[in-house]
Amino acid sequence: MSITNQDVQHVAKLARLNLSAEEEQMFTEQLNAILQYAEKLNELDTDGVEPTTHVLPVSNVMREDVERESLPIEKVMLNAPEEEDGQFKVPAVLE
Amino acid sequence: MSSSKYETVIGLEVHVELRTHSKIFCGCSTEFGAPPNTHTCPICLGHPGVLPVLNKQAVEYAIKAAMAINCEIADVSKFDRKNYFYPDSPKAYQISQYDQPIGQNGWIDIEVDGKTKRIGITRLHLEEDAGKLTHIDGGYASLVDFNRVGTPLVEIVSEPDISSPEEARAYLEKMRAIMQYCEVSDVKMEEGSMRCDANISIRPYGQKEFGTRAELKNMNSFRGVQKGLEYEEFRQAEILDEGGVVVQETRRWDEAQGKTLTMRGKEEAHDYRYFPDPDLVKVYIDEEWKNRIRETIPELPDARKERYTSEYGLPSYDAEVITSSKPIADLFEDSLKYTKDAKSVSNWIMGELLGYLNSNNLEFSEVKMTGQGLGEMIGLIEKGTISTKIAKTVFKEMLESGKLPQKIVEEKGLVQISDEGAIKAIVEQVVAANPQSVEDYKAGKQKAIGFLVGQVMKESRGKANPAIVNKLLEEVLMQ
Amino acid sequence: MSLLNQNLKEIHSKLHDKELSVLELVEDTFRAISERDGRIGAYLTLNEEGAKSTARRLDDKLSSGGQRGLLFGLPAAIKDNIVTEGIRTTCASQFLSNFNPVYDATVVRKLRDADAVTIGKLNMDEFAMGGSNENSSFHPVHNPWDLERVPGGSSGGSAAAVAAGEAYFALGSDTGGSIRQPASYCGVVGLKPTYGLVSRFGLVAFASSLDQIGPVTKNVEDAAYVLQSIAGYDNMDSTSANVEIPDYLSALTGDVKGLRVAVPKEYMGEGVDATVKEKVEAALKELESMGAIIEEVSLPHTEYAVAAYYLLASSEASSNLARFDGVRYGVRAGQSGNLLDLYHESRSQGFGPEVKRRIMLGTYALSSGYYDAFYLKAQKARTLIKRDFDQVFEKYDVIIGPTAPTTAFKLGAQVDDPLTMYLNDILTIPVSLAGVPAISVPCGFADGLPVGLQIIGKAFDERTVLRVAGAFEQNTEYHKQKPNL
Repeated sequence: MSITNQDVQHVAKLARLNLSAEEEQMFTEQLNAILQYAEKLNELDTDGVEPTTHVLPVSNVMREDVERESLPIEKVMLNAPEEEDGQFKVPAVLE
Repeated sequence: MSSSKYETVIGLEVHVELRTHSKIFCGCSTEFGAPPNTHTCPICLGHPGVLPVLNKQAVEYAIKAAMAINCEIADVSKFDRKNYFYPDSPKAYQISQYDQPIGQNGWIDIEVDGKTKRIGITRLHLEEDAGKLTHIDGGYASLVDFNRVGTPLVEIVSEPDISSPEEARAYLEKMRAIMQYCEVSDVKMEEGSMRCDANISIRPYGQKEFGTRAELKNMNSFRGVQKGLEYEEFRQAEILDEGGVVVQETRRWDEAQGKTLTMRGKEEAHDYRYFPDPDLVKVYIDEEWKNRIRETIPELPDARKERYTSEYGLPSYDAEVITSSKPIADLFEDSLKYTKDAKSVSNWIMGELLGYLNSNNLEFSEVKMTGQGLGEMIGLIEKGTISTKIAKTVFKEMLESGKLPQKIVEEKGLVQISDEGAIKAIVEQVVAANPQSVEDYKAGKQKAIGFLVGQVMKESRGKANPAIVNKLLEEVLMQ
Repeated sequence: MSLLNQNLKEIHSKLHDKELSVLELVEDTFRAISERDGRIGAYLTLNEEGAKSTARRLDDKLSSGGQRGLLFGLPAAIKDNIVTEGIRTTCASQFLSNFNPVYDATVVRKLRDADAVTIGKLNMDEFAMGGSNENSSFHPVHNPWDLERVPGGSSGGSAAAVAAGEAYFALGSDTGGSIRQPASYCGVVGLKPTYGLVSRFGLVAFASSLDQIGPVTKNVEDAAYVLQSIAGYDNMDSTSANVEIPDYLSALTGDVKGLRVAVPKEYMGEGVDATVKEKVEAALKELESMGAIIEEVSLPHTEYAVAAYYLLASSEASSNLARFDGVRYGVRAGQSGNLLDLYHESRSQGFGPEVKRRIMLGTYALSSGYYDAFYLKAQKARTLIKRDFDQVFEKYDVIIGPTAPTTAFKLGAQVDDPLTMYLNDILTIPVSLAGVPAISVPCGFADGLPVGLQIIGKAFDERTVLRVAGAFEQNTEYHKQKPNL
């Protein structure tokens, strides 16, 4: 399997990253090298092997439905890049 | 529909907010209507370093809802991340369920034009709600309020078994009723605690393959769903009639314009990159837990409807209407603790109550009348204390104040006059004042007595017992 | 000589006898920082005012005879991916260069409960991605033993600060070796606890299924003290283990007689420097002479660990780092355009090349059509790797090998070759995938650079890990050597 520049462009779009032409070229080469290395895993016979999502055998961790105090609005907005009327402001969602 | 050549195929995705006190993964309140961002914390704001902890009540409500729509409940369920960027999604992923939802393979029955139809439910899964965007500066900017983010939701996906906008509406109404009966949600479409998206396509009758579908959003009421789907049915038929091709896209129902419009900016193919959320662990749902929840499921609308027709002899239509809203069905049953006349209770609900709600554009929760009030009012009519006409005044007063009918009758002096002496005095007065009518009556014009009865009722300000008025008038006129 | 060169018991007894105050200790620490950190670069943010005020409070407590916490008065430095309320937390990223957290991580709360004093926030590879600290977007960290060399990473600031006497102890985080490898390069002790033993709440997530916070200290006893203070179930972390926390200090018996030690042949193969191998073999001889039974074993899936790790960790990271979008916090860029511009510009300007590389890799691995081939396959490989450990631990108490295949390399030597850089972690990554605890302790010097010995234990058996490490340390002098600054 080999990654093309188009694949890299598509992935960058999904990840919301802008890549310069040099970056695109560099990532294409590096991701190819890394994924080529990752193909090593195909040597493994994993038929019938359960995937590990958690190394611990922990399950059914739940909390009771109890309200806790929310943050004061000053703290909610403490790091806001742009704020208006206690809300986060962003440019138009549609183009 | 512009022509009847086509068959419509509709699948609905219904989102129902669960009525937990706190959010699904943090302790913030789920209360509706608080000032923006005052029900938020580092967890639901997606601050760096935070972790989700699952609300047990949300899981139990989801299981209960899934059981109520006849789903098979998973033995093991898990949560996955659905990755997408949008300002209302603080982590840029939504915690949802991908391949191990809480429930699968369910169904509900709907009734359209007196016919029952079974609609399949593909799945019910649990997920978190998103925040809310308000567009400002003429659409050049948006404000984000994260109060709603993290409110637990179930998403219920139907099979493409729905064949008309009417069926879609019936499906939604039934779904709302079931969720309401289970008490897992407030199911208020106007507050967004129940929302609906639709996939709709049409195909010529006999064609096996589905047509190209449009995804329809922003239908904020039952009526909106029906209207939006009707428009879309029409639009797609027109395209096909003209030899065109329906484009697969997301469209928005515009209530004001009464049409569906294409949504721009969604051209990018979705690639949500689902994967199991490593911050959450699996949920095992054993038989004991399932049984415990199953025991809490109350009698559901279909069962009640069946009971109302068999036990109380209500017409199927009335039973359907009354049971489609749990509080109204509850009112019906509460009333019957105070009167045995189920048909009469049903008539008052179907006529006066629903009429009042409709013409004033109100929700049932906004009126104050109790079952006791309605039941006792019917008792007062039976006893002859009030007339049916006066009862309408009492009924309206009960809706507005919630007072019991006896009290209203006393306060307003509405007790029916059944004292023959008092009525006879009025009758004699009316007869004396209307010699022409008396003449007419005696000349064989039976209608004239109606006028005289009306005059007596008017004089008594509606309180005279009509039966006694009739009897005495006839007696006096015979003399 | 810095006050911090004393051990914990000496400091506590001097504090008790009023020969020393917490304030003096804290001021001495800041003196050391101002004297040396220009050359080391371990710190990103100092908490001087806060630390002094905490010191005064603790001194008051001392004179009023209040109950003293386990880490009373000790100057602690915290890796900058652990959030501290009111103290800037950057993850060494430009994106968070202005970020002021509104809550404390659970470990920060626990350190405060133990009466430690937060001195400042430590440099690291951006978002903990890297093994040399060269991926800090602010400045690199220099190895105190040779300023031309890297301190390791990603907790390079943690290891360098402790080695340079700029903190009494530090907290680091370990995803694939990020505590152990820099501890090895800097000649200090670094412990990665069992996954789930220490709460992750407040640790800025890199790879959630692997991340663990742990101590970086001068010696094994201190590691036991710090672990004792930070371990424990946290109801804010669903992956936190609800286990009884044993007494770690009493594990330091100095005795390893009869202990069964497994040495994986894969950990001593080619790719591991001869000088490193030599020191590790000497350490094994030392343990044998103390009564341990040393045997060679095999962890056959070791060679697949790096591939599985980079797929899993990058996939999780691609999702974990998506929240850095410039809407609610962080440095916003592309403001003048539309929302997409804002996202793209904020993230492109905010993240460095290694972070972008891993986001790209992870996004690709999770994208439709590739999930089974990459992510799922890697999860299955993880199962096989974990089974290797389970099988060895049926017969052995600990597994021992080198922490890293080499000693610290020169700054700039590997930055252009990510794959080679990733392979530096080949001895620490399998342990992370298995979720078991491991410690790195100094076991000698090669050409003047420290070499680390990695002692790996069964899940939640930190006691045995600490016991072996402590016994080894008692019989050696490596941990007492200090870099010449």
